[in-house]
Amino acid sequence: MATEAPEKLTKKAITADHPTWCPACGDFAVLAAFYKTLEKLQLPHEKIVTIAGIGCSSRFPYFVNSHGMHFIHGRALPLATGIALSRPDLHVFVFGGDGDGFSIGGNHLDHAARKNVNLTYVIMDNSVYGLTKKQTSPTSPIGYKSKTDPTGAIDQPVNPMRKLVANGSTFVARSHAAQVKHMREMYERAIRHNGFSVVEILSECVVFYPGAFDAGNPRKGGEFPIIEEKLWDGTPEDESRHDVTDFHAAMRLAEEPSPGKFGVFFENDERPTKNALEQRWIDSSREKTGGAGAKKLLSGRFAAMK
Amino acid sequence: MSSPPPAAHPDALTPDPAAQGSLQDVVIRLAGNSQDGIQSIGGFLARLAGRSAQDVMTYMTIPSTISGGASIFQVHLGSGEVLSPGDEADFLIAFYQHSLDNHIASLRDGGVCIYDSDHCEPDTSDKRVTYVGVPFTSATVEAIGGSARDKGKNMFVLGQLVRVFHLDKQKLVEIIERTFGRKSEDILRNAMLAFDAGYAYEIGDVASGQFSIQSGDDDGHDRIATDGNQMMVSGLLAAGVRYGSGYPITPWSTIMETLRVELPKYGGLFVQAEDELAAVSMAIGMGYSGHLAVTGSSGPGLSLKMEALGYATMAEIPLIVINVQRGGPSTGLPTSVEQSDLMQAIYGSHGDTPRAVLAPQDVEDCFYIAVEACRIAKTYSMPVIILSDQALATRIEAFREPDLDEWVEEPDLDLSERPDDYVPYPANGLTQHAPPGTKMAGGKYPVMSGLEHDEWGHPSSNPEQHAMMNARRRDKLVILADELATPEVHGAQEGEVLLIGWGSTYGPLRETVNRAGDRAIGHLHLRHIHPLPPGMEDIFAKYKKILVVEMNDRGVYGHGQLATLLRSRYCDPKITSLAKTDGLTFKIREVLAGIESISPSA
Ligand SMILES: Cc1ncc(C[n+]2csc(CCOP(=O)(O)OP(=O)(O)O)c2C)c(N)n1
Ligand code: SF4
Ligand SMILES: [Mg+2]
Repeated sequence: MATEAPEKLTKKAITADHPTWCPACGDFAVLAAFYKTLEKLQLPHEKIVTIAGIGCSSRFPYFVNSHGMHFIHGRALPLATGIALSRPDLHVFVFGGDGDGFSIGGNHLDHAARKNVNLTYVIMDNSVYGLTKKQTSPTSPIGYKSKTDPTGAIDQPVNPMRKLVANGSTFVARSHAAQVKHMREMYERAIRHNGFSVVEILSECVVFYPGAFDAGNPRKGGEFPIIEEKLWDGTPEDESRHDVTDFHAAMRLAEEPSPGKFGVFFENDERPTKNALEQRWIDSSREKTGGAGAKKLLSGRFAAMK
Repeated sequence: MSSPPPAAHPDALTPDPAAQGSLQDVVIRLAGNSQDGIQSIGGFLARLAGRSAQDVMTYMTIPSTISGGASIFQVHLGSGEVLSPGDEADFLIAFYQHSLDNHIASLRDGGVCIYDSDHCEPDTSDKRVTYVGVPFTSATVEAIGGSARDKGKNMFVLGQLVRVFHLDKQKLVEIIERTFGRKSEDILRNAMLAFDAGYAYEIGDVASGQFSIQSGDDDGHDRIATDGNQMMVSGLLAAGVRYGSGYPITPWSTIMETLRVELPKYGGLFVQAEDELAAVSMAIGMGYSGHLAVTGSSGPGLSLKMEALGYATMAEIPLIVINVQRGGPSTGLPTSVEQSDLMQAIYGSHGDTPRAVLAPQDVEDCFYIAVEACRIAKTYSMPVIILSDQALATRIEAFREPDLDEWVEEPDLDLSERPDDYVPYPANGLTQHAPPGTKMAGGKYPVMSGLEHDEWGHPSSNPEQHAMMNARRRDKLVILADELATPEVHGAQEGEVLLIGWGSTYGPLRETVNRAGDRAIGHLHLRHIHPLPPGMEDIFAKYKKILVVEMNDRGVYGHGQLATLLRSRYCDPKITSLAKTDGLTFKIREVLAGIESISPSA
């Protein structure tokens, strides 16, 4: 059999429909950074799976030419869990909004994290419900005027970093849609992480919440403070740098006031993935039965019913 | 013994001078508390029956509280076909005073009550039945010795039953050894001590041989005895299901517990999800990945799955959904039987969501219905709901072992490259997905969508496209209906009344027909509920009256759920309804009364 050289994964090959987002929506940059990352990592094209729930941001799979699924609101993570656990050969990417991930899908987020399913999840946080046209979202700050809170939001918003670090996500990072290079770096590290990796990206909804993240955008007069990670070089400066494996340090970073810091908050490489733990069980079960086929296993099962 | 010897089950008795005192069938009700292990007595008897070519059906009620609650297990053993748990008991085995008080009425006139004389004081002035007192508790303690206390009473009672009914002791001991031997020697020794003590305990007349049960005709086929949930799992395994996800709820849980342990042996996996919304989503993910996957629940959980099931119809993902029905609405009656999820199963999503709905008729059929559901799901790329129920899930029956050569299919994940002209939703053809990992020769990759879409899965809100796609999805059911066989009628092929049932009413309806004597009563049983099989009109035309028997409420307009559907489908005013929701399976006499009410006997 002739072996063909693997086709190179180009941006053109992974580009699908032109996005239906409003011009200047932050999500364009999130998509562009994803193309670039795929191009760099050269994953096998057919093994890339792009999954999303419902929302403006969740239309993502239509814009990526890969196997994919545009599912229902809030349930993209369990869907992706089913894919990742039953097909460990695939690279599973999940995209979605703040409403999809922290509100209707909030419980699933905690459980995908505690299971440590091997996949990468990108949350495009615009602090508003974009698709349904400006209702309060779980990350809308107190005082934000929306159609459901015309006099200003009153419920305390979710702190995404705190939630993610606390729920056991084994890779937690934060970026900004105006920082393409930084986004790419975060994606790449998330993809290389073995386990449940989440990148939250502040991605402006220019229609319903313009200026939401200007405080984190130097071009709009804000700042983009990057987390300095420990280099373990023994220097005095290293003392004050962030240890990404330190849960408490990550929680402290999560408490910093807006715009907060950007970069990797937390990473735990030691906790085994559910994929690995389940595979261990499969292997030991197969070993006990001597790798028997279905017919043999079933006739044994029936013998015990006699 | 003062009262006349109890006759055999009145309807089954065929006096056979050659087999003096031997019964064709017997109904034994065991009443105690849930921790007494009375279910295992039933389990042993059932497996013994399976090995003795006898037929058996058990009927269990379990309290939904975990320990301590009253529990009964009824065993109907027979040498002919056993179709129902039995309207009345011939024997009552009572462990406590409350067992005796609550169940003595279920014993027929002339029946025998064996009670634990350590715990019960029967009203011996009651000459309707024969009372036999045996100290189950103290005799068990004496046999096993102090430390085990009265644990093992169930084995003592089993020993007694073997004696009374002259069952095959040797075979039963083999089954006990196999069962307990797997656990530990101590457990087996104690079980055998109690069993032997029960067997040896003198109870006089009752054990003299007058109640020995005839052996059935051995047809040379191996038989197995188990419950409906276990058979459902077996069917899924045979048909190639290797992945699934669920969330616990009675009476579905034992299916997921078993799959969780079994699937890894087959190289697969069952995931316990955080809730039913996640469970169905995970299963859809597995299905999209190219596997045949299963999820399941009971009524409340099925409701939670509905949005995602609508997606599975829309994106045309093959999926098996098991719903083990219990009493509803809401948390309802978690451990009672009901068939009130029929409409939910067929119509329970938003929008027009065609999917197939099947219902097994007995424990054995749980296997074949699971196999068929898998075939339909794969062929038509759609969700298939299997409506089982609490009675089928928990009762044990003995039947012929399925032929594995015929039914086992190893799954195959087809990741071969798809040609240039591949589309996921062809206008004139059935969907066959290209799962992730498949190379696309044309360079274009498919995206599954819950939005209305074109042949490629691209969103489209064009009204013509929507109408066309609705037709495409709906036509799959039309094609499926065409390939179904018209069900056969049991009993009279024309005449007075046609009984129609679905699910676990099969046994009682069949037995009703068998007992209807020379009245022209037929029984048609539906395993395919949605779509309905063809040719039903022709059958309906042959009867004066049609009575649809089901365990759900008769509704505002006076008809049970299937009756409502059949009336709307066939516009036949002859179709009437016999519906009830007392949490119990139909008794033969209830069905006979239903027939009498629409068609009085001359
Ligand atoms: C079950 C269900 N409930 C509600 C909706 C309506 N809905 C669609 S998207 C959305 C919120 C989207 O917000 P977010 O996830 O933040 O995404 P964005 O549009 O802001 O990117 C809502 C409420 C739905 N599609 N399904
Ligand atoms: S509404 Fe907002 S989030 Fe949605 S596409 Fe437009 S700018 Fe983006
Ligand atoms: Mg949003």
